Amino acid sequence: METMSATRATALPGPRGPLSEQVMGALRRDPARLTPTRPPGATEEDAALTLWVLHELSYRGFGDVSPEAEWEPSVLALRRHLQRDLEARLRSRWPGHEFSTETFADDLMAFIEADDGPSVASYVHTQATVEQVLELLRWRSIYHLREADPSTWTLPRLTNAPKAALAELQYDEYGSGRPDRLHAHLFAQAMEALGLSTRHGDYLDECPLEVLEMNNVMTLFGLDGRLRGASMGHLAAFEVTSSVPSSRLVQGLTRLGMAPEIIEYYAEHVVADSVHDQIAVRLICAALAADEPDQAEDIFFGAFTCLDQEARFARAILGRWGVAA
Amino acid sequence: MTVATGDSLVCPGGPLLLRGCGTYTDEDGFEYPVDRPVVAVCRCGFSNRLPWCDSTHKRLPPDKRPD
Ligand code: FES
Ligand SMILES: [Fe+2]
Ligand SMILES: [Fe+2]
Repeated sequence: METMSATRATALPGPRGPLSEQVMGALRRDPARLTPTRPPGATEEDAALTLWVLHELSYRGFGDVSPEAEWEPSVLALRRHLQRDLEARLRSRWPGHEFSTETFADDLMAFIEADDGPSVASYVHTQATVEQVLELLRWRSIYHLREADPSTWTLPRLTNAPKAALAELQYDEYGSGRPDRLHAHLFAQAMEALGLSTRHGDYLDECPLEVLEMNNVMTLFGLDGRLRGASMGHLAAFEVTSSVPSSRLVQGLTRLGMAPEIIEYYAEHVVADSVHDQIAVRLICAALAADEPDQAEDIFFGAFTCLDQEARFARAILGRWGVAA
Repeated sequence: MTVATGDSLVCPGGPLLLRGCGTYTDEDGFEYPVDRPVVAVCRCGFSNRLPWCDSTHKRLPPDKRPD
């Protein structure tokens, strides 16, 4: 059997400014000699790409970078600097939200369900072209080809009840023991059926700041145990806002006569995420807030951030297609 | 409604979660295979994928959502 390109190592992306250029050069040659500061000319996009690359070292790394780079102190120092900057920007966008500890799960569910951000799925449902859908899938591939991985990092940071619930949710995302049912694999199969590359990161160069940032957010929340509340709040918002849009995508992709594999991928999420959202809100987040009340506020912050990032993504892609968001 | 084994959780305004059942039998006696560790059974009656919840309940007015 031919190995799917999803198993081949990710290639370093093209640089987007002086910072990413310098960092990727150092990673290729000698990660120990990386300068852990941000040069004055670095744009937000340059910094976001750099952070994406540094985060990537903690997933499966790059074919042309030594695995030693992951724990190199100078690499960690720059990563921390960029993460702090990102977290400060995310916190400055968070308006806060009132909730009660007695009705935590219902309050969180209501907060997420009240989201009225622009919907890419509604546009795909009735109007998008095949070319537009393919572009959407290429942008989404940065996450979906490693679906569920960022929240796995939170698992050992949790107390018993939310840990058991997260493990149950992730078990389903990872195919319940069947590699051919792993969600990231279902997405890769769909990419292949559509004639797209299944190697992770192959479409990064065409992805705008919004895509880099939404992926950086998930990795930051997952990697940093201090942010376990935000990580689980983000997961909850992601799952709660997945099933209804997935139904719209199923209908839109069927309208366009696209490959059955990609329709099946979204159809699976209509049903799976109608389970996952309840697990995430009621069995993970509410249990986490009960066991660790100081995480409650951050659960809402994480949920808000997910919705906010999705709205920015939607405005970016709809704007590119000339659609008013 | 019968469940072979496992736990259940009623979700206000949404489905019934069932954990660890091999099959699910609805009120009319139809048996459905279960292929995931936890399933969500529709309680609002408006799902397009009955007996499973497809989150249609989220689009219903509050008085149409199950208690
Ligand atoms: S309870 Fe979710 S669709 Fe009926
Ligand atoms: Fe999934
Ligand atoms: Fe999910």
